[in-house]
Amino acid sequence: MGTPPDHPRLSARLKIRRGGSFESFEVPFEQGQTVLDGLRWIRAQRDPSLAIRFSCINANACKECMMRVDGKTVYACTTRLVPGEMRLEPLPNKKLIKDLVTEIAPPDERLR
Amino acid sequence: MLRSDVLVVGSGAAGMYAAIAAARAGSNVLLVDRSLIGRGGATVMAQMTVAVAVGEEEPDHWEHHLADTLKAGRGLCDADLSQLLCEDGPACIREMDEWGVGWARRDGHMAQVHAPGHDRKRCVYVDFLNTGPAVSKTLRARVQRTPEIQRVGDLVVTELAIRDGMCVGAHAVHTPTGASVPIAAKATILATGGLTRLYARNSASINMGGDGYALALRAGAELIDMEFVQFFPIGHLAPRLVGMDPIMWDPFRYKLGGRLLNSEMKEFLPEEGRYISARDVATYGILKEVAAGRGSPHRGAWLSFQHCSEAVLREAFGPVIDRLAANGIDLTRQPIEVAPIAHYHMGGMRAGADMQTTVPHLFAAGEAVGGANGANRLSGNAITEALTFGRRAGERAAALAAKIPMPAIDPSSGFSSNRSKINPAAEIVRLQKLMNEHVGPLRTQGGLERALQEIRQMCGDLPAPRAGLDPEWMDLHDLRNMRLVAECVTRAALARTESRGAHQREDFPETSAAWERHQTIRV
Repeated sequence: MGTPPDHPRLSARLKIRRGGSFESFEVPFEQGQTVLDGLRWIRAQRDPSLAIRFSCINANACKECMMRVDGKTVYACTTRLVPGEMRLEPLPNKKLIKDLVTEIAPPDERLR
Repeated sequence: MLRSDVLVVGSGAAGMYAAIAAARAGSNVLLVDRSLIGRGGATVMAQMTVAVAVGEEEPDHWEHHLADTLKAGRGLCDADLSQLLCEDGPACIREMDEWGVGWARRDGHMAQVHAPGHDRKRCVYVDFLNTGPAVSKTLRARVQRTPEIQRVGDLVVTELAIRDGMCVGAHAVHTPTGASVPIAAKATILATGGLTRLYARNSASINMGGDGYALALRAGAELIDMEFVQFFPIGHLAPRLVGMDPIMWDPFRYKLGGRLLNSEMKEFLPEEGRYISARDVATYGILKEVAAGRGSPHRGAWLSFQHCSEAVLREAFGPVIDRLAANGIDLTRQPIEVAPIAHYHMGGMRAGADMQTTVPHLFAAGEAVGGANGANRLSGNAITEALTFGRRAGERAAALAAKIPMPAIDPSSGFSSNRSKINPAAEIVRLQKLMNEHVGPLRTQGGLERALQEIRQMCGDLPAPRAGLDPEWMDLHDLRNMRLVAECVTRAALARTESRGAHQREDFPETSAAWERHQTIRV
C-alpha cells in the first residue's frame, strides 16, 4: 500500500512472548496497518528468527494467524496496530511450537 | 518414509480434486501441503466467479466458452488444454453442486453473470464473495470423507525424487520439527499453484512463490510461457482494507458496473460504466494514466460505485457492506483507489491433456500447468481449470499407479553445507520489489536486464533445517525457489521482443506474427 503524502508515521511497541520471556520491538506503521504487517516488518527488518504463522496475508481466509493480543484471541491480519504497547502471545490452549506458532492442524492431518 | 500410490502436493482445488479422483479410481493417496490442508492455497482466496458453459442462464455450449478462451489467449493457448477446461467444466461444476457448494441460484437455476471477454452470461458464483472459501470447504469435506486419502499438513516438499529419469516421489521437510521425510510414490501430482508471490503487489497467499515450477525445473521438466504473468487491473489500493481479498472489486463490477476514473474523474477506457475491458487492456490503461500524471493519489485509478444507492449495494453484497463500513468505507459517498496487482500465472509446467509433464510419472494440475490460457486468461477460468485439471490428473495418475510397482527412493535429500548469513525475509521483500518494478506489467530491455543481474546474485542455497521450527530456513527455502522462478520469468520476458496479452514491452509495443509461439525452459 502506498503512503499518502501527509500521513504521520506512528509507532507501536510489540511485546512478544518468545518461550519463557517477552521481547519488545519498536515498529513504525501507517494508520490502518495490522499486527500481521508489524510482525512481517520485524522479520524482514529486525529478526528473521521470529516464528509467526500465516498464509493468506490479508484476506482473513486461511485463519492461520490466530494469536492473543492484549489477552484477547484475535486474527493478527485483521487487528490494527495502535500507538503504544501491544502484548502478543501464542494461543494458550494449543501446544506451543515456537514463539507465536502453536499446533493448530487437526490431529488427523499431522505427520504420524 | 511415507509411501503411497499417488502423491498430491498442494491442497487447493486442483490438489483436492486430484486426490478425490485418484482415490475414486482405486489409488491410495497422500495429500500434502506446506500449510493446513485446504486452507493455504489460492482457491480459498478466490472471491469471484467460475466460468462454465452449463447454460442455465441462457443457452450455451462448451465450444462457445472455448472460442472465448482462445480469443482471450491472444493466439497462444494450447488448444487441447483449453478444450479440456471448457469441455469438462460443466461436469465438475455439477459435481461440486451435488457436493453442496451452494452456487447462487435465481428462479431455481444457477445464476450466471456476464464477465469481461465472455460472449454471454457464463459465470457461476457463491454469494457473498464466498466462491473460493465455499469451493475449498466443499472439497475439504469430500477429502475428509475419503478414507483412501491420507492428509498431512506442515510438510514442505523440497525436491522431487528422480530415478532413471522418472519421478518416484519426493523429499519433504516436516516444518514444526525440521525432520526430513522421504515420500515414495508411483505417481506424483504437483498442484502447487502459481508464482504471484514474486511480486510486491500480489493477491496471493504466502504459498504462491512458484514452488512447483522450481521443483519441476530441477527435476528436468519443461516450463512453458513463463513470461505471462496476469495482473488483475483493479486490485484494491487505498484506503487500507483488512480482512478482504484485494480482488473483491471484481464481483462488485460484475453486479454493479462501476466507473473507472482518472484524477480528472473521467473514464479513460471505452466502458461507460460497464465492466467490459479485458484484463490486459485495463491493466495497461491504468498504468498509462498514472504515467501521464493522471493517476489517483496512490498511483492507481479511482473506482466509483457512487451511482448505487445503499439499498442496491446491500441487495448485491449484504454483509460485505458492513465489513466495508468497519473499514471506514461508504461506497455511496466515496470512490476507492485500485491498481494492477499480480494475480495469476498463465505459464507453468508443460503438460499434455493427460496432465503428465515432460518427466514420466510426474503430473501437474491447476494453475501450475502452463498453456491453457495462452497470453491472457479469461475471467473465471482459474477455478474451472483447477477442478478439471485436478480431476484429469487424479484419474490419469491413478491409472498409471495401477500398472507399476512401488518404487524405491534414496532417503537422502541433499542440502547444501553452508548457511548464508543474509536475512532471507528481507531478501524476499527485495526480490518482490525488483520484480514489481522491472518484470511487472510494463517491461523494457534495460529494466529486465537489471532485474536479471540482481536476481542471479541472490542466494540460491538451501541448508538443512535446524531441529524444531526454523523460520529462517523456511525463508531460505522460499527464496531459493522464488529466485529460480523469477529468473525464468525475466529471461523469457527479455527474449520475447514483442507485446502480447499480459506481456507488454514498452520497447516492442507491437504484437508480432513471428512471435505467435511458445518459449520453453529446461535445465
